[in-house]
Amino acid sequence: MDLLGFGDLLLSGTWVTIKLALTSLCFGLIFGLIGASAKLSGSWIARTLATLYTTFVRGIPELLLVLTIYFGGSMVLMAIASNFGYDEYIEISAFAAGVAALSIAFGAYSTEVFRAAIQAIPKGQWESAQALGMTPLKVFFRIILPQVWRLALPGLGNLFQVLLKDTALVSVVGLSDIMRQAYVATGSTKQPFTFYMAAALIYLGLTILSTSMTTWLERRADPAARGARA
Amino acid sequence: MRESGRIARLTDHMVKNGTKSAEKEPMTEKRTALELIDIYKSYGSLEVLKGVSLSASDGEVISILGSSGSGKSTLLRCINLLEKPSKGRIIVSGEELELAPGKDGDLQAKTARQLERMRSQIGFVFQNFNLWPHKSILENIIEAPTQVLKQSKDEAIARAEKLLERVGLLDKRNAYPANLSGGQQQRIAIARALAMDPQVLLFDEPTSALDPELVNEVLAVMRSLADEGRTMLIVTHEMRFAREVSNQVVFLHQGQIEESGTPEQVFDHPKSQRVRDFMASHG
Repeated sequence: MDLLGFGDLLLSGTWVTIKLALTSLCFGLIFGLIGASAKLSGSWIARTLATLYTTFVRGIPELLLVLTIYFGGSMVLMAIASNFGYDEYIEISAFAAGVAALSIAFGAYSTEVFRAAIQAIPKGQWESAQALGMTPLKVFFRIILPQVWRLALPGLGNLFQVLLKDTALVSVVGLSDIMRQAYVATGSTKQPFTFYMAAALIYLGLTILSTSMTTWLERRADPAARGARA
Repeated sequence: MRESGRIARLTDHMVKNGTKSAEKEPMTEKRTALELIDIYKSYGSLEVLKGVSLSASDGEVISILGSSGSGKSTLLRCINLLEKPSKGRIIVSGEELELAPGKDGDLQAKTARQLERMRSQIGFVFQNFNLWPHKSILENIIEAPTQVLKQSKDEAIARAEKLLERVGLLDKRNAYPANLSGGQQQRIAIARALAMDPQVLLFDEPTSALDPELVNEVLAVMRSLADEGRTMLIVTHEMRFAREVSNQVVFLHQGQIEESGTPEQVFDHPKSQRVRDFMASHG
């Protein structure tokens, strides 16, 4: 495939996409864990907030979320800044807006994955840790969460693949990701097939990579497999 | 078996106190390891425990018997607040667990700190073992000593290996719970409880989830603990075992103590018709 000198551009776009996806994954996992804890908490306020969050975010298109945060975010920030006497134009970086939108979306979906996984851990696992005098935080982070991982991994792997491809949405607000660079290259060379095909192959490569990562993680998280090795 | 157990406890007691006087009645002078005063528990309108009081001296083994639904397991779980009692007092080694009514009306610990400290002194062995599947056998045992008692890892491992040797499973130290039989898992669960060097050990039907051929290996470990002078409360259906190791047998019926006394009294000369029927049907 002759990329007519646009190979570097695509490569830099790939790097942007990877950074965007992984950053959003980190924040999204945190949002998901917080969301799941809120949904399972004893406080009805926390439960209601978490339900509003997942219902709302899962109910609207991701593109809408990206646009709202990118354009709306600037306005909100400017309104806040003008209260403090700062009246210049403020622009949110496309990358930051992308991370915000994608991690909020990922968080909403992974809330449900984590909730189901936490609920699938037998009560006795909590009880045996509590009975030894462990603090609730230690019980959760040392005993429950590692087991939640194993149950949540397949679902999270799926969500990450969706996230990886949703990064393309951020190109509409000018982020120089794979999609954007392919579009730019097509514009100047008039060869859409070459560059969209190249972009497709890169996305495919990335998703295959993430699938094998997930499989590897799943195997690593399986205690029986580890036991057999020991 | 029971006699040798008594002797072992006696000698153990003597060693601890450095006395030479042999033929003492040890129970009278021993301090109280665990005291339950008037424990009530209800779920909604269903009263499961209706005022149960129980006292275990240091080194005493108490078996709690009764048909299913009599509240035996609930009573045991109330001791370390896995189940919140509705009313009552819990005293471990002279320290009373401070309780106050919560939102749901049941009692809860006033401070999490005291609850955690007292839980660390009460070993609990579950019917379903509840080992942590993502941790190796050794990791299961050293988790609480390192995390709760803040022992160094080396120290905890050294102790864990001694305990593993004691329950006959040192070779399984790096295995995972899923690789072990039920009997082995329960022995590990006992070792995990012992690693905290608890004041009292509670056993909640420790052999009920086991295949019959695996029951004895667990009972053997428990018997050795009784012989060593551990204070134990055992909810069990193993009548012969209860008769052999217990100093005191408590029979629960519908959330109340129907009869209690020495094994001889309760097994051989029960006053209550209900206990007589129960003993007849359980051999």
